[in-house]
Formats: sequence, structure tokens, C-alpha cells
Amino acid sequence: MTDSLLSMILLAPIVAVVLLLFIPPTAKKSIKLIAAMATGISLLMTIYVYINYDNNLGGMQFMQSIPWISDLGVAYTVGVDGISLPMLFLTNIIGFAAVFSSWNINERPKEFFILLLILLTGVMGTFIAGDLFIFLLCYELVVIPIYIMVIIWGSTKRVSKEYAGMKLTIYLLIGSAFMLVGIVALYLQAFPAGMRTFSIAALSQAHLLGTLSQSFQIIVFLLLLIGFGTLLSMFPFHTWSPDGYAGAPTAVSMIHAGVLKKIGGYGLIRLGLLVLPAGAKFWAPIIIVLALGNVIYAAYVAIVQKDLKYVIGYSSVSHMGYVLLGFAALNTISLTGAIANMVAHGIMSALFFAMIGYVYEKTHKRSIDKLRGLAHQMPRIAVGFMLAGMSSVGLPGLIGFMPEYTIFLGLFKVYPFLAIIAVSGIVFTAIYILRVLQKILFGPRNYGFDAIPDAKGPEMVPLFVLGSVLILFGIFPQLLLGMINGTIAPLQSFLQALNNEPSLLVVWGGIW
Amino acid sequence: MELFALNHAWLIPLVPAAAFIIIGLFFKEFHQLSAGIAVLAGTFSFIMSAAVVMAVLDAGISVEMPFIQKIQWIKIAGMHFSMGVMIDPLSAMMLVVVSLVALLVEIYSIGYMKGDKGYGRFFAYISLFSASMLGLNIAVNFLQMYVFWELVGLCSYLLIGFYYYRISAREAAKKAFITTRIGDFGLLIGILSLQMVFGTVDFMELRHILPVYIAANGTGLLTIIGILLFIGPIGKSGQFPLHVWLPDAMEGPAPVSALIHAATMVVAGVYLVARSYFLFAQLPELLHLIAWLGAFTAFFAASIAITQREIKRILAYSTISQLGYMMMALGVGSLTASMFHLLTHAFFKSLLFLGAGAVMHAINEEADIFKMGGLRKKMPLVFVTMTIGVLAISGLPPFAGFFSKDEILAAAAAVSMPLYIIGTITAFMTAFYMARLLFVVFWGKEQHGHVHKTSYFMQIPLAVLSILAAFAGAAGYVGGFGDWVRFGEAMPEHMNIGLAGISTALSVAAIALAWHIYVSKKYLSDIIAQKMGFIYTVSFNKYYIDEFYAILCRIFIDGIGKIMYFIDLYIIDGIVNTMAALTVYCSRIFSKLQTGQIQTYVAIFFCGVIILLVYTIVFFTKINELAAGGGF
Repeated sequence: MTDSLLSMILLAPIVAVVLLLFIPPTAKKSIKLIAAMATGISLLMTIYVYINYDNNLGGMQFMQSIPWISDLGVAYTVGVDGISLPMLFLTNIIGFAAVFSSWNINERPKEFFILLLILLTGVMGTFIAGDLFIFLLCYELVVIPIYIMVIIWGSTKRVSKEYAGMKLTIYLLIGSAFMLVGIVALYLQAFPAGMRTFSIAALSQAHLLGTLSQSFQIIVFLLLLIGFGTLLSMFPFHTWSPDGYAGAPTAVSMIHAGVLKKIGGYGLIRLGLLVLPAGAKFWAPIIIVLALGNVIYAAYVAIVQKDLKYVIGYSSVSHMGYVLLGFAALNTISLTGAIANMVAHGIMSALFFAMIGYVYEKTHKRSIDKLRGLAHQMPRIAVGFMLAGMSSVGLPGLIGFMPEYTIFLGLFKVYPFLAIIAVSGIVFTAIYILRVLQKILFGPRNYGFDAIPDAKGPEMVPLFVLGSVLILFGIFPQLLLGMINGTIAPLQSFLQALNNEPSLLVVWGGIW
Repeated sequence: MELFALNHAWLIPLVPAAAFIIIGLFFKEFHQLSAGIAVLAGTFSFIMSAAVVMAVLDAGISVEMPFIQKIQWIKIAGMHFSMGVMIDPLSAMMLVVVSLVALLVEIYSIGYMKGDKGYGRFFAYISLFSASMLGLNIAVNFLQMYVFWELVGLCSYLLIGFYYYRISAREAAKKAFITTRIGDFGLLIGILSLQMVFGTVDFMELRHILPVYIAANGTGLLTIIGILLFIGPIGKSGQFPLHVWLPDAMEGPAPVSALIHAATMVVAGVYLVARSYFLFAQLPELLHLIAWLGAFTAFFAASIAITQREIKRILAYSTISQLGYMMMALGVGSLTASMFHLLTHAFFKSLLFLGAGAVMHAINEEADIFKMGGLRKKMPLVFVTMTIGVLAISGLPPFAGFFSKDEILAAAAAVSMPLYIIGTITAFMTAFYMARLLFVVFWGKEQHGHVHKTSYFMQIPLAVLSILAAFAGAAGYVGGFGDWVRFGEAMPEHMNIGLAGISTALSVAAIALAWHIYVSKKYLSDIIAQKMGFIYTVSFNKYYIDEFYAILCRIFIDGIGKIMYFIDLYIIDGIVNTMAALTVYCSRIFSKLQTGQIQTYVAIFFCGVIILLVYTIVFFTKINELAAGGGF
């Protein structure tokens, strides 16, 4: 039973997709209910796994492995550890919320929810895959539904939804092309012919065997960095993200900013760091510099934005900078923080996008200057905005604080002066978040909105679910950090060994 | 009983927190009920705090040997934090001050907030604030302090913007949050550095490690860390140059100003320095800086307060000034004087704010003191209590402010004469502008025929606070209470009769001067203002600091932001779009090749063959030449 639990989590949305195929498009209510049930079941099972995961034991648990294409060394392997389980939880909670935030979709709901469920399956698959082949398969499964969803259900503001969808898709495909080349090279190099495997666990051991030379690791890591970095919206490969979110429908924005981006960070850790440690170490200084670009530069750009979705789009670029910083500091504390921050940012950006979606749906406005005093007519939505905003600002007691603090601490140990620049991000974040909150929520009553109802019924689900997680993990951060740490802490000696590997700084030092 | 109080001290912040949740979730619409829950929780906290104080006295708990209870909050490899309760005389005193003022403010608000639509919301926020502030008081480490430090900041933000439909209120709330955030930025880096250097941020552990560290490594790095930590208090306690948010914070309801922006939250900065005094006391250069910054802030804010017209703004600048006094006391090495002043100031300043609120409430929220006038007879109780408050802050014996302010001045005189002189001049100015406020509001011509009655809920706290403002200072000199406020220093310092005489004389002179100007009208204030033209304008406009900051913001926030956005749109995205356009362009060109006409294809094919042929011939000739020449 517990062996196939993860497969069942993966299967629930697929079963729903099959069911939906047989339901007439006019039965809108049942379509939505089926989608909600499928994501709900996945979520409940994920929570069960989350609770029953043994932090003290760490490592991969709930493993299941079935050989698939034995000649190539492909097996259907799924399993979770302290890195992937929080991501799986994040995916399911946001997926569940995304279904309810799309409750009012009336244009082709059947297709919409089918695509949404496929999208979710793909994302879940990437996080729990223990096999690189399955990982890639699931990853490519993600890109296509997003493109269709943006160009059909998206919205056109500064840029057209076609442009947004195209930009998003092409950017990610080009990124994944680099990644694919890297992965194939890795597959061919890691083990001699006949012993080749896509198993991530086996590949993680390859660098110990000496088959992956230092220069090989450095080159392949660069390819992965371009791929995953684009997905993570690393500066300067970030411009797809604000445009893409602006064009996308609410649910896609939620899933994209909330979980899809995190595949980038997850991949960098799972494949970049664990499989190619020397490469990670080599490029770390560059990543730090680019990440500071994310944190400060994107925050600055967010300050002057006029469209709500752009603010949150740039905000998510800025927050991803913290994840990259935590990654590149390469110690257990910072890595724990980086993973926790992915979860934190996922929850809060999903909540943000859900609330923006409601406001846009109800008022048909997204421009900050045109919205005013929403707290008068929509106090519940205002609460959602405040919760998301305050945890974005890093307020203790909400989910955003502790991960950020952990990253800062880890970074401080390695680059104290750069850490100071990174910490200054908390001021900039406060500036753009409060600017938005003040303008749209408070101020004199806007009588034009008097007839508009507050969020109610199914619309309250995302607010309630995401809000509770924000507060729960905020007050008890150990629930999140403890699990991640169970897997990251044993890496201590692994990371220690990296101290002897050269980094880019050493090479530059040699040049000058 | 004592043990019970200590062991259950964690309930002190927790009960108001529970009140917040209960009111916020269920009873926001039930006005009386929400107020009742808040007051009940407040009463519980106050009784428990009082019991804790008794326990501290009985059990002989000292700053060196505090009572500590903690639980693990976070534990990961290389980092762990606890949350807990640390009871010593310092935190016990703060507990009582905070819970007492909070309780009185809650009672006052029952009357003051009557009829407001956000009644339940108000009491929820106030309860959350009390919980956070009490949690800050009992912090066992810097991180716990930071957590609650931010939470009180949030409550301050929410309550400044309580009347969220006013543009001015929402802007003030934003300003407060962002300005204090700049301070928090420094504080956070300070805490991170502490953790880097010592591996812990626990107060007791640091206290033990510190002497060893200093003996081995000196104080160079520590001074930098100290400065970073101190940036937090500069923001929170409204010290120059981050004081700008506090006057604007008066957009909140009067009880909020009394509780948060006078008595409790703004002294959190002073408290943080006091709490980590074991660290600051080792850094003489930093103490020097703190003393001068405090003295400057005290003087600077007082010089603004003199010309302001809005009653709460005058009090706000006065608060900044008094906080400067407390900082100065810490800087000159007198923790005792600083904490003593914190205690007395909490009573008389919240009294003044609540009084001001009562006055404004009575005359339709009029804020300009020159539009009040002659309220002495109409509001006798408010008049009497506010007079006591003014006398207390002016430092006239036997009121509370006299003792605490005098102690600060004595401590300053012992260290540095210039500091003492600045402090004394500020005391003179304080007495003058407070007397001005009192005389203008309560004497002169009656401008309001009908005055709303002050409700009993508002009168009781005023009376209680005025008693405290009158006698709390004297209490410092009798019985065991003196030793308690004095934190282990064996005997209260002897009052310096000379210095006390000078400041009393100056205060009396200042009040007399104010009487001459504003009541007897021997010197007309307008004429003085004209004669002092430039100075008056500068002071009335708060030295134009807000305007200066606005310009800075426009340049360094909006300006740079726009440049960055330009770069994003036209350079980074420009490259992306150009590449996309190039791809399209190239494919257009190549697609031209596909004309569908066989002739063209054949022609191109033929050209290709010729090129290949020529190339091969040339290439092979070359190879043959090389071979002939023995090139291989």
C-alpha cells in the first residue's frame, strides 16, 4: 500500500482526466467537482505522506521502482525525500487551490480542467521522479498545456496573450534544450556502455567513481544552469516571467509562479549539486552575482510597475534570487533555507495571484492606479492580500520569515558583504509590497465597486487553504525546516569536500 | 503563588493572543463582547505581571540570575533557536508597564471608540499588539526579540492605518512600516553577525561568552555589530534621522498613540539596548555615539515641538525628545536612569495622549490647539489630569518626571558637561512647549459652546494614570521599590541638590514665560514668530526633513526603478525580441528559396555543383602542390 502511494497521488488527476473525457462539456458543475475531488484526494494522500515521512531517517522513502526500458536503463522510479516532499506538498496544495480559484471559468471548462490536471500531473511527476528519463518526460508534459491555456484563457494587457504564451513557451523550450544536451552528455559519460542508467540515485554516485571529470562537470553544469536558471527566472533570463504571468489565466499564474518555477531550483539541487558537485562549486560565484541581480534589480523594477500582475511577477523574480543565493552559498543551512523558501514563495505567490484573479474577475481592472479602497467592499480578499503581502515582506509568524533568515545566515557564513546587499532586499520588498497594498486596498470608498460581492463559497477555498499553510508554517517553521534538514544535514561532509574544488574565483585569480 | 506566576509567565502574552484570535474570528461584529474579551485578557495579563513582580522581589531574581523557561522553536544542523520566557527585574518592570498601560488604554477605548464601525477590529488589533509587546519583553534571545519586534511593527502599521479610508492614514502607515524597516535591516544584519561570531544569539549565553571573547579579540568587530544592532532602535524609537514616521503615526486613534507611540512600542528600542546592555556596556565608543545621538534627538525634536499647532503632533515630537533622553541616559552609562525614565514617561505621556484624545473627542476631532481654548471649566477632570501630566513632563517636584529626568541629567553631568547642558536646555524647552499646550487649550477664549461629555470609561484611566504620573517617581525613592528599579545597584544615587535646583528653576521659568506669552499676552506669540521669522519657519516645517527624504526617494527609489525598468524593457527584453525578430526575418529569407518552381531549384542545384567542383579542384591542386613540395 505505502509503496504505491506516490503512484496513486500521481494517478488521481489522470483518472480524473479520463473521467472528464466522458463528461459532456455542458455539465460544468460536475467537471469542476471532479477536478476538485481529484486534486483533493492527491492532497490528502500527500498530507498523509508528509506526516508519515520519517525525518530522523531522512533519505528516499515511499519508494517504488518498476523497470521500464531496461536496455536504456530506464525505470519508473518514484520516491520522496526531504527535498522533494515539500515540493510535492506545495504542488498539491496549490493545485487544489487553483481548481477553486478557477471556479468561475465558463469558457470551455472541460478543456481547461483537463489541461490543468495534466499540468499538475506533470509537475508532480518531476518532483517525485527518481529517474531522469521520467523527470524529463514529465517536464515536457508541463510545457504544452501551459501554452494552450495562456493563449485561450489568458488576458491581454500590456502585451498580448499570444505574445505572452509564445514567449513563455519558447523561453522554456530553449532552456530545456540546453538542459537536455547536458543530461544526455551526463547519461553517456557517467557509466560505461552496458551499465548506463537514468537512475538519479546511481548518477549521484558517479562523481565518486571518477567517470565525471572536473571539466566535464563544469561544462555540463553550465548547460543545466542555463536550463534550470531560465526556468527559475534567473537574471538576466527572467523577462518571460512577468509577461507570462500577466498573460496567463489565474490558475496558470498560480501554478507557474507557485510550483513550476521551483522545478528550476529543485533541478539545480537534485541534478546540479548532487550529481555534478564540482560544477556547482565552480559556477557558484557567478550564480551569487546574478542572484543579487534578481533580488535588487527585480525589486527595483517591481517598484515602478503599474499592473498588479507585473508587480507580483517581478516580485517572484526577486524572491527567486534568495533561492539562488541559498543554493550558491553551498552549505547545509543555506540549502535548507533555499528549499524552504521555494515552498514559502510558492504559497504566497499563489495566494497573491488567486486574489489578483478575483479582483480582475470582479472589477475587470488590474491597474494599481484604477483600483482603490477594495477593503471597503471586499474585506476577505483584502485579508488574502495582506497575508500574502506580509509574508512576502518576511514578517515573522508567517511562512516567509524563517526561510529567508536561514538563507541569510548560510550566505553570511560564506560571503558576509554580499549577504548585506541581499538583506537590503527586505527594505525594497517592503517598499513595493506596501505601495501596492496601500493603493489598492485602502483609501476612500470607491462607489463604483459597491455592487461587487466579496469572495464567497468556493472562492474562499484558496484563501483559507493557502492562508492556513502560511500561518501554520510561519508559527511552526520546524514542520518545514525539520523535514528538509533531515535530508540536507547528512550532506555536511559532501559539501565540506567541495571546499577543495576550484571555483570560478580561483580561475580568475589565475588569470590576473 | 510566586512559583505559579513564574512558571506560567508564558501565559502573559498568550492570553491576549488568544483574545485576538477569538475576537478576530468570531466576535468582530459584536462590539461589547469584543471589548469585554480584550479587557478581560488585559486584566489577566496585568494581574499575572503584578504577580511576577512580587515573585521577582520574593525570590531575589536579579539581572544576572534570571528565571528562564524555553522551548525549542527551530533546530536544524548548525542553527537552533528557542522561544521562551526570561524574567528578571528588567523584563518584570516592562511587563507591568506594558500590561498596565494596555489595560487602561483598552478601558479608555471602550468609551473613545464608541460608535466606530471598526470597534471589534480595534480591540482585536490592540490585543494582538499587547501579546506581541509582552512577548518582546520576555524574549530569551535576539531572534525572539526580532520576531516580536516585527510583530509590534505590524500592529503599529495596522493601527496607524486604522481609519484606512483616509488617504493620510494609509500613507502614514506605509511610511511608518518602511522607515522602521530600514532600522530592522540594520538590526537583522547585527543579529546575523552575532550568530556568525558567537554561534548563538541567546542573551544569557552571550553574556557569558562575551568577556572571554573581548579578552581574546578586543572590541573592534563588536563595535561594528553594536552599531548595526543599534540601527534597529534608531528606527523603532524614532531617533534622528529615522524619526520622521512617528509624528505621522498620529493618524491613528488617540488610544493607539498613547499605547503604541508613546508608552510601549517606541520604547522597544530603548529596551533592546537595555536588554543587551552587557554588550553595549563593553563598547565605550558606541555608548558615546548613542549618548550624543540621544541628546541631539532630544534637543532637535523639542525645537520642532515648540512651533507645532496640532495637539498630537506636539506630543509626538515630545515623545521623540523624551526617547532621546532615554537613549542619552543609556549612552552615559546609566541603565537605571533610562529605565526609570521609561517607567515614568510611560505613565505621564500616555496620560497626556489620552487627555488629548478626550479633548479632541469633545470638540469634534479638532486637532489645532489654537482652535480649542478655554476648556478648563468645561472639562475639569481632563484639565486637572493633563495639568498633572504637564507638570510631570516638565520635571517639577514632586511629580514623576522630576525624579527620572533629574537622574538622567545627573548621570550626564557626571560624564560630559556638554551633554548635560543640552539636556538642561531641552528640559527648559520641554517645560515651555508643554505649558504652551496646556495654556492654549485650557485658558483663553472659549471657542466651543457645546462640548461632548467625557464618558466614565475615559475618565477612569485618566485618573489612574494621573495618580501614577504624580507618584511613580517618588515611589522610586521609598522602600524596596527603589532597589528594584535600580537593577541591582545597591543604593539609589543621592539626588544632586544643585542640579535638581537648577532644572526646577528653569522649568518654573519656562512655564512662567509660556504664561506670559499665551495667557497674559504680554508678548504676543505672533510677533515673536515674526521676529524669529527664519527660525520659526524652519522649525514649523520640521527642518524640511520630510521634503528632503521625499526628494531622496524620488531619485533613489523611483528614479533608479524607472531606469531599471527601461533596461528591462529595452535592453534585456530588447535583445530577446531582436533575436526572435531575427529568427523570423531569417526564416522569411530562407522561405523565399522555396518558390515551388522546378527551374529555380535546378538552377540553384546547378550553381551548387559548380561551386563544389571549383572548390574540389582548387583544394586538390593545393594538396598535390604541398605533397610535391614535401609539405606532409
